[in-house]
Amino acid sequence: MPPKRRNRLLAVAFVLVGAAAAVWLLLLAANESLNLFYPPHKVVNGDAPVGVGIRAGGMVLEGSVQRAPETLQVAFTLTDRQGADFQVLYDGILPDLFREGQGILVRGQLDASRVFQAEEVLAKHDENYMPPELMSLPTNGGSGLASPAEPH
Amino acid sequence: MIPELGHLAVILALALSGAGAALGLVGAGLGRSAWMRAAASAVWGQLLFMALGFAALVYAFLVDDFSVAYVAQNSNSLLPWQYKISAVWGAHEGSLLLWTLIMGLWMAAVAACSGRLPLGFLARSLGVLCLLNGGFLSFLLLTSNPFERLLPLPPADGADLNPLLQDFGLIVHPPMLYAGYVGLAVPFAFAVAALLSRQLDSAWARWSRPWTNVAWAFLTLGIALGSWWAYYELGWGGWWFWDPVENASFMPWLAATALLHSLAASEKRGAFKSWTLLLALTAFSLSLLGAFIVRSGVLTSVHAFAVDPTRGLFILAFLALVVGGALALFGVRGGAAWSAVRHGLFSRETFLLLNNLLLVVALAVVLLGTLYPLAYEAATGGDKISIGPPWFNRFFTPLMLVAAAALGVGPFVGWKRSNLRRLGRRLLACFAVSAGLALLVGLLLGESLSLGGAGALLLGLWIVATQGADLLRRRRLGGASTPLAYWGMSLAHLGFAVSLLGVALTHELSVEKDVRLAPGETFVQAGVSFRFEGVVEASGPNYRAQRGLFEVDDGGRHLQLAPEKRRYLAGGSVMTEAAIDPGLFKDIYVSLGESLDGGDWAVRIHIKPFVRWIWLGALLMAFGGTLAVADRRYRRLALRFAPGRRGLAGRPAGAGTAA
Repeated sequence: MPPKRRNRLLAVAFVLVGAAAAVWLLLLAANESLNLFYPPHKVVNGDAPVGVGIRAGGMVLEGSVQRAPETLQVAFTLTDRQGADFQVLYDGILPDLFREGQGILVRGQLDASRVFQAEEVLAKHDENYMPPELMSLPTNGGSGLASPAEPH
Repeated sequence: MIPELGHLAVILALALSGAGAALGLVGAGLGRSAWMRAAASAVWGQLLFMALGFAALVYAFLVDDFSVAYVAQNSNSLLPWQYKISAVWGAHEGSLLLWTLIMGLWMAAVAACSGRLPLGFLARSLGVLCLLNGGFLSFLLLTSNPFERLLPLPPADGADLNPLLQDFGLIVHPPMLYAGYVGLAVPFAFAVAALLSRQLDSAWARWSRPWTNVAWAFLTLGIALGSWWAYYELGWGGWWFWDPVENASFMPWLAATALLHSLAASEKRGAFKSWTLLLALTAFSLSLLGAFIVRSGVLTSVHAFAVDPTRGLFILAFLALVVGGALALFGVRGGAAWSAVRHGLFSRETFLLLNNLLLVVALAVVLLGTLYPLAYEAATGGDKISIGPPWFNRFFTPLMLVAAAALGVGPFVGWKRSNLRRLGRRLLACFAVSAGLALLVGLLLGESLSLGGAGALLLGLWIVATQGADLLRRRRLGGASTPLAYWGMSLAHLGFAVSLLGVALTHELSVEKDVRLAPGETFVQAGVSFRFEGVVEASGPNYRAQRGLFEVDDGGRHLQLAPEKRRYLAGGSVMTEAAIDPGLFKDIYVSLGESLDGGDWAVRIHIKPFVRWIWLGALLMAFGGTLAVADRRYRRLALRFAPGRRGLAGRPAGAGTAA
C-alpha cells in the first residue's frame, strides 16, 4: 500500500474510532440521566424502579387533590381509569393547566413506600397539544385527553 | 373570495417556482443566457404572489372571516388587532406561509444584489432556491392549506389565539427566526451552484460570506427573542430548557457559526474548502430538520405544533431528498475542492479549525441528545424517555469554555504562522489583566462562585481583554481605518463574552423561591423585601385577571410589581403574566401561582442577576455579524464584476481573490 494512501486510511480509521468512542461515552452518560416514562399500571405493578429519576403520567383523579394548610405541599392521585392509580407528592407551584380530570406528566422518583415524589409537574401546553406519552392512555369521554390530533 | 384569491396566488407562486428552477438550472446547463436571466423574473413573480397570498390571509384575520378554518381556530373577534396580525403565524399553516414569504424575500434579495455575479452561477443559485421554495409551497398546498373553508356552517366566533402567544415576543420572534432558518438556504444554494458549475475556487466563499452573516444574525436574534419570550411569558423564569424545539433552532445556529468561521479561512487562504461546502449544506439541512422536529410532533416538547403524521412524512421525504441530493452532489464533485494549504501550528487557520471542531462536536452533542429519545423509542418498541438539561449542560458547558479560551487567542494569531514568543508575551499580559479583573468582579459581587462559575467569569473577561488589546495594537500600528469587518468580528466576539458572563453569573447567583404568602405578609430574599398587599380583580381587552400587588424594597429603592393570573374569555384558558423589574445587573421577577385556602397565594419569586446580559450579548453578536457585511471589500467585489461585463455561463469568474 502506498504510504500516502496508508496515511489517509489510518486517519480515517482514527477519526471513526474516536467518533465511535465519543458517541458511546455520550450514550452511556445519557443512560444515567435519561428519564424513562411509566404509565400508571407500570408504576403500580412494580415495573417502575424505586429511587431512580423517572417520569410518569396519568389523569388527575377527581377529588384527590389535597393541599397542606401552611405550605405549598400538595398531594394528588394519578390514574389511568382502568384500575391503576398512584399517589404523587409535590412541593411547589402547579402549572396553570393543572386541573382535576386533566392528563399530566410528573418527573421525579418513587420513594420506598411507592409514593411518587415529584420534582416537576407538567400539564398540557394548551387545549390541543398533547404530550405524546399520554396519547396511548384511554380517553375519558370528551374532556381531558380527547381528540389530541386536532390541529391548532 | 379574498381567501380563494390568496390560495390561487400561492398556486401561481408554486408554478413560478417550478419555472424558475427549470429556467435557472436547465438554462445554466445548456448555457442559454436568456433562460438564465428569466429565472430572476420567476423569482420576482414568486415574491409578488407570496406577498398577495400572505396579504389575503392577513385580511381574513383582520375582518374576522371565521369561515376560514385557520382563522376560526386561531383568532377571535375580541383579539386586539396587532395580535390578529401576529396570529397569522401563530400556528402551523400560517407560519409555513410566512416561511415561504420570507423565502421569497431572500430569493428576491439574491436576485437584486447579485446581478454582478457570473450569470451561470447566479442562475443555478436561483434555480436551487426556487426548487426549495417549490418544496415548501407543495408542502403548504398539499398538507397545510391555510385558506381552507369551514362551509356551509362557519362558527360564530373563533376559538382564540393561544394566550401564551398573545404577546409582543410572538409578533417578532417567528419572523426573525424564520429569516435565519430560510436565509441559510442562500449559502446552501451557493454551495450547490458552486458544485454544479465546478467553480470551487475561493470566490464562492467570498460571495457566500455576507449572506451567511446576515442569515446568522437573524437566527441569533430569533433564538435570543425566543429565549427572552420564554423567560417572561412562560411563567417559570427560565431562559433555556434544552427543549427539542429550542434545540431545533440551536443546531442550525451552531452549524452556521462554524460556517462563518470556516468561510473566512476558505476565502482568505483557500483552506478547508470542501469542509466549508459541507458545512453550508449541513446548516440548511439542519434548518429543515428543525422544521421536521417542530412540525411533525415526533418529539415531546412544550411548544411543538399539533401532531399530524402526514406532515411529518412529507417533511421527512423532502429532507431526505434535499440532504441526499446535496450530499450525493458533494460526493461526486466535492473532491475537486480538496486543497492542502500549508499553515503552521500557531496560525489563524489552526484556531479556526479548532473553532469548527468545537462547534461541530457541540452540534453533535445537541443532535444526539435531541434525537436519542426518538431512536430509543423505535429500538425498544415504544418505551419513552427524555434527556434532561443536566445531560446537555454536562457536555455543552465544557465545550463552550474551551471555545472561549481559544477565542481569546484566535484573533491575535496571524494567517500562516505567528511568532510564538511575541504572542506568548502579549497573551500573558492579557491573562494577567483578565485574572485581575475577575478577582475584582468576584470581590464586588461578594458571593462565592463555584469553580465552573469562576472559570466562566475569567474566560469572559479574557475575551474582553484580548479583543481590547488587539484593537489597541491595531490602532498603534497606525492603520488609519480599521475595516468594518474587523469591528464586526470584535463586536460579535465581545457579544459572546457578554452572553457567557450572563449565563455564568445568572446560573451562579440566581435565587428562585416558591413561597406561600398571606396578604400583608412580607418575604425577604437576598436583600430584597417583598410585601404582598393582596389580589385585586382587573380586566383587559379579552381577558379578566387577578392582579397581585407587591411592594418591593430593593435596598432602599421602592417599586411596585403587579403580576397577573389571566383568564381569557374566548377559550377560558388561564395564563400567568409575570411582573419583572428589569435591570442591567439584576432582574426582580414575581409571578402568581395558585390561589390557596384562606386568601393565601402561591408566589414565585426570582432574583436573577445579569440575566439581561445573555440577550444583550446575542444582540451584540447579531449587530457585529451585520456590521461586517457593510465592509468595503464586499463593495469592491461588486465593482470587480462591473456592469456591462455580465459574465456568461462558464466564465471562470473571480479567479483572483486578493483580500
